[in-house]
Amino acid sequence: MMRFPKPALMALALANLGLPALAESQERLIALGGSVTEIVVLLGEEGRLVARDSTSTYPPSVEALPDVGYIRALSPENVLALNPALIIADGDAGPPAAVEVLQSAGIPFAVMPVTHDADGIPAKITAVGQALGKPEEGATLAASVSAGLEAAKIRAAAVPVKKKVLFLLSMNGGKLMAGGEGSSAEGIIELAGGENAAVGFQGYKPITDEAIIAAAPDVILMMDREGDLAAADAEVVAHPALGETPAGKTGAIIRMDGLLLLGFGPRTPEAAEQLYQALYGVKG
Amino acid sequence: MTALASSRARPGLRPVPYGLTAGLILLVLAASILSLTSGAAGLGLGTLLKAPFSAEGLTLRDKVVLYDIRLPRLVMGLAVGAALAVSGVLLQGLFRNPLADPGIVGIGAGAGLGAVMAIVLGSFLPLWMADLIGAHLVPFAAFFGGWAATLLLYRAATAGGRTDVATMLLAGIALGALAGAVTGVMVYMADDKQLRDLTFWGMGSLAGATWGRLAAALPLILLVLLIAPGLARGLNALALGEAQAAHLGHNVQSVKRRAIFGAAAATGAAVAVSGGIGFVGIVVPHLLRLAMGPDHRLLLPHSALLGAGLLVLADLASRSIVAPAELPIGILTALFGAPFFLWILLRQKGALRG
Repeated sequence: MMRFPKPALMALALANLGLPALAESQERLIALGGSVTEIVVLLGEEGRLVARDSTSTYPPSVEALPDVGYIRALSPENVLALNPALIIADGDAGPPAAVEVLQSAGIPFAVMPVTHDADGIPAKITAVGQALGKPEEGATLAASVSAGLEAAKIRAAAVPVKKKVLFLLSMNGGKLMAGGEGSSAEGIIELAGGENAAVGFQGYKPITDEAIIAAAPDVILMMDREGDLAAADAEVVAHPALGETPAGKTGAIIRMDGLLLLGFGPRTPEAAEQLYQALYGVKG
Repeated sequence: MTALASSRARPGLRPVPYGLTAGLILLVLAASILSLTSGAAGLGLGTLLKAPFSAEGLTLRDKVVLYDIRLPRLVMGLAVGAALAVSGVLLQGLFRNPLADPGIVGIGAGAGLGAVMAIVLGSFLPLWMADLIGAHLVPFAAFFGGWAATLLLYRAATAGGRTDVATMLLAGIALGALAGAVTGVMVYMADDKQLRDLTFWGMGSLAGATWGRLAAALPLILLVLLIAPGLARGLNALALGEAQAAHLGHNVQSVKRRAIFGAAAATGAAVAVSGGIGFVGIVVPHLLRLAMGPDHRLLLPHSALLGAGLLVLADLASRSIVAPAELPIGILTALFGAPFFLWILLRQKGALRG
């Protein structure tokens, strides 16, 4: 990724001279990974993007770009055919053989650190900034996100009585999948000053009705979905176990966009703020 | 091909279908050329033919596309297709059951379990070991899982130097159920990313074709393709029954052993490098049996050709249909293989019994 600093700087200089079209044609860029794409766009490089992967859905404008498929099932020739000058990929891009082939084609393939929690986000932003040849802009954005995360942590620590939040990934046919310990849902709940109600298991797992009643969540957190939200909320309240919890009795259901909530990208401070507002309804 | 020549002179046998042989060879050649000259990166036949005569030749990118992407992919498609089809013929002949496929001797269950365990438990490996094996962990685990399962079944079904085919079938069902349960435990333990990984593994893909992997898988597959014709007469005799085959002077146990472990080695290597690609091992032998009869001396080489040609075409479709993404090849083989197979069965009712 550091082999081409000069063309990148040149592109930057050209962009400043008001010749963005030329800069674009020199630096065709593919971003792989939802949070990587978000950072690229925030660093003002959306114009250079020629393709994205299926997890890159924000901002909505990137959805118009060609989709190279799932980030862990890349097709080397098809990616190569897009003629990228640079590929910036999340650390879990694959399969390894495809990445190997792309690297052997002489295309700079910059691998970003994988973020499992809030603490990794600034480092990822810095890395993307460096790969793009915009280290200063990257450092600035990383500092502002870092400040946002610190603010969220202080805000969360100041909450006197933490609400117990149950994150439901899905409730297909009444069978519930909850976010347990170490899940990304737990990370964002804690950052927003809540307490994860689903403990005793790792990751996203099916949870029994009895465990839900024992967990006694004050609030149920779910991902946004299409269609009639009132009906969907009614389904939650009508669920035999969920209806018995404090959250079910008061109808305390929060819905947020999935990528915003669990993406652990530059918008995570924003997500923590939104969730905090929804939980405690006060300005932080 | 000596077997092909001698059968012509013998009465009572179907004539060698030279037209079919030529057609299949043409299919393999055409599929290979098509596969080398088409793809998202451009680089068509014209450019490739002109390259040796132009001053600058191919660009670095075109070289990578040709030598590091298309060529290993083509070779792997040919090898995997031939391996799956020939393994299908060997096992169907051995079990005298048209439904037999590599799953029946535990290869499918064992390889699947090995791959799933590698995907889910691979993250628990100590770092130095992960660095050492890295990307090759899943293929190795799949191959050894398949091999270990076959060995176990063979041991379970062999007593006094004689392998009981029916016992092996039953033990295979039990082992399959056990592997399914352990796979379930792994799925339960897996995180989101691993879940998607193992789903994609089960649908197969040739996207991981590199020369390094081919160097590991190809010798094994070629070896089996070479020994398979030697089993043809034995398998033909076995169609009459084990006792009859023995009376005809065949070493039945040796035929069984070679067919089982040959199929295990070829399929294991194929599955290790390409994941789960279904239906080739069943459809290809059946189509040919309908076209040319059940003589294994003809069936084995023709199956290798048809399997290779079909898989290369399926791979071409898998990387073209949803470009720039890629559709897993196992979906395509089943999606087109299954309805076509049903159609053949409906048209030729009873032909398989005859």
